[in-house]
Amino acid sequence: MHADPAGVLTGTHFLDGDHACCEGCLAAGARFASGYPITPSTEVVERFASRIPTVGGTFIQMEDELAASICLQGAVWGGAKAFTVTSGPGFSLMMEHIGYAAMTETPCVFVNVQRGGPSTGLPTLPAQADMMQARWGSHGDYGIIAICPNSPQECFDLTIKAFNLSEQYRVPVMVMMDEVVGHMTEKVVIPSADQLDVTPRKHTHKSPADYLPYQCNGDGSLVPEMAHAGEGYKFHITGLTHDERGYPNMTVKVQDQLVRRLCAKIENAKDLVAYEAENLEGADVVVVSYGITSRVAQRAIDQARAQGLKVGKLRLIIAWPFPEKVIRELAPKVKAFVVPELNLGQMVREVERAARGAAKTIHVGHAGGGVHQPEAIVKAIVEANQ
Amino acid sequence: MATIVQIDPTQQLDPFKSVKKIPTHEFFTSGHRTCQGCESALVMKMMVKAAGPRTIVLGSTGCMYVANTTYYSTSWVVPWMHTQLGSSGSAALGAAAGLKAQMRKGKMKQEPINVIAFCGDGGGADMGLGAISATMTHPDYNLLILLYDNESYANTDIQLSGSTPWGANTTFSTPGSVKRIMHHRWKKNMAGLMAVGHPTCRYVATICMSYGLHGMNSIRKALTIGGPTFIHSLDPCPKGWDYDPIQSHELGELAVQCGIWPLYEVEDGKLRLTGRTQQIADGKIPRKPVRDYLLRQGRFAHFTNDDLDYFQSKIDQMWTKWLIPGVIPFEKDLAADNPPA
Repeated sequence: MHADPAGVLTGTHFLDGDHACCEGCLAAGARFASGYPITPSTEVVERFASRIPTVGGTFIQMEDELAASICLQGAVWGGAKAFTVTSGPGFSLMMEHIGYAAMTETPCVFVNVQRGGPSTGLPTLPAQADMMQARWGSHGDYGIIAICPNSPQECFDLTIKAFNLSEQYRVPVMVMMDEVVGHMTEKVVIPSADQLDVTPRKHTHKSPADYLPYQCNGDGSLVPEMAHAGEGYKFHITGLTHDERGYPNMTVKVQDQLVRRLCAKIENAKDLVAYEAENLEGADVVVVSYGITSRVAQRAIDQARAQGLKVGKLRLIIAWPFPEKVIRELAPKVKAFVVPELNLGQMVREVERAARGAAKTIHVGHAGGGVHQPEAIVKAIVEANQ
Repeated sequence: MATIVQIDPTQQLDPFKSVKKIPTHEFFTSGHRTCQGCESALVMKMMVKAAGPRTIVLGSTGCMYVANTTYYSTSWVVPWMHTQLGSSGSAALGAAAGLKAQMRKGKMKQEPINVIAFCGDGGGADMGLGAISATMTHPDYNLLILLYDNESYANTDIQLSGSTPWGANTTFSTPGSVKRIMHHRWKKNMAGLMAVGHPTCRYVATICMSYGLHGMNSIRKALTIGGPTFIHSLDPCPKGWDYDPIQSHELGELAVQCGIWPLYEVEDGKLRLTGRTQQIADGKIPRKPVRDYLLRQGRFAHFTNDDLDYFQSKIDQMWTKWLIPGVIPFEKDLAADNPPA
């Protein structure tokens, strides 16, 4: 379906990534946000708070991130599309409720504008050190989706994608921005509403008598249909292990069925692969990057290619689920993967795991606080090529 | 009967008789980068001056953390520890318990050491409320929680908090042509909450450092009484409240004189109005209209006369209808207060 024109600020704008993300939320149909201020993410909901009186909807300032991350889930079960934004310490506090959203299959979006950590760390400076936390931060096994924009334009585009995927798979989706992407200002083109595809909620067509909230239809889909509170459907939503009725059932069998499905609906999905590739054919070295680092990596790739090196580019747009098959198939054809990221080694471990020893994996990283120097990546490319 | 709760001795900090008796030595000095006219910085300076050198200060994330301890500098002369935003109560409890244990084991000299944890209104009235509340139920430890309240998340550019006044313009509640009043919640009554809900809390006070001697002596009293204690300070904020920094002191006075910020203390369950508030309650000085206070601040510049009247009515209600004016907001229905025979 098309986007609701009320939330689409059609035109060409000069926006920073945080504000573009907010416009993406509105265009995707989000009319509810629960927020708590934390640098460098606050501008997303500041804009939402000032836009919502004219668009229609609700913004609530919460008392902390624990509250923000569950308030939005209440709104979702009440029928809204909802999101929250945070950074570093706030993301840590949200972890329990991210797991709750995964367990209850609540479609919602968490925006994390990453900053340096651990703890308070570098509130106003960038890092990409929450990538593993986005995947594994909450306890237990579950599937998750994480998207990494690298420009204000992508903050708009990919935020809409995040909402669409959350509705399609009934899963919390992480928009993993970083401080530089959040605060850089660039041209952002917002198309008209009829050019924006928005995924509606997977609402059940069954009658209340026939509806079971966690029953899959038998059409091969691992995603059950949803109903909202107050519509006459019987409801029992719980973080406990539950059966198709939603009732607690803590047997080994039900736990295994449920958790396997929560993982499989993401891991088995064919359309959860999104990356940007250039010059992979015949490449000796492939630079794997994401977020702001991909823009520095582009410069490094250009410099290395100017030196005559055969360098390919693979930019992760969807980081989780990780595009394991792409790396696995590339690995025997290349000498090495170079993985620049603003951390001391996170996604590089996935690259290394997926490569299965068929190619070297070289990490180029630091603990955050600023972007890479392109020369550091070029140096790694040259070394990898030897 | 066996002693269940063993409270260690506290420092005996007699009240300063006058401004001239306040020592000149500073324990919160240069090195901070707070805004011009920042009253919270004044609270820090006077808080630790009132407490003296044998003091440990802890503080949760907020203006008085970020502005005082970043960029290669610190303004604290006494030992200082940062805690996360919601943790001032728990960190203070841990510090006090640690000191007590070390002294009990003979690993430290037995001496009363003040433990003060401060928090902003975000860290105290919002995120850290649970931790402070739990800490106030521990009778065994001597500690003071000081909530410095500038009525917004000022450090992250003025977002509203649970302590922001009704109708105020913040970056989360910007007034516009479609909707003028974007913030509909009334400020939390934190001191009342602490006093009423925590019978083990031995001392609660409200202060405003526009009345500096009163504020410092309240802090000295809390530290002398010991056990878990709580002080709530209202701190005018030029950036968040949008006024000329030279007016900070005057705005603090106006908050008290308009009856918006009553000064009182509750010591072991006994309430006493203090300072100008006592004089207003006794009829010695009139309570000023709230518009004198509100219209001095840009955050209320969008208020219409109806908004001002509504705000005034709420303050009037606080003084004329509350069970204990300015403190306890229950309204006693005398007509219905006839127990069955």
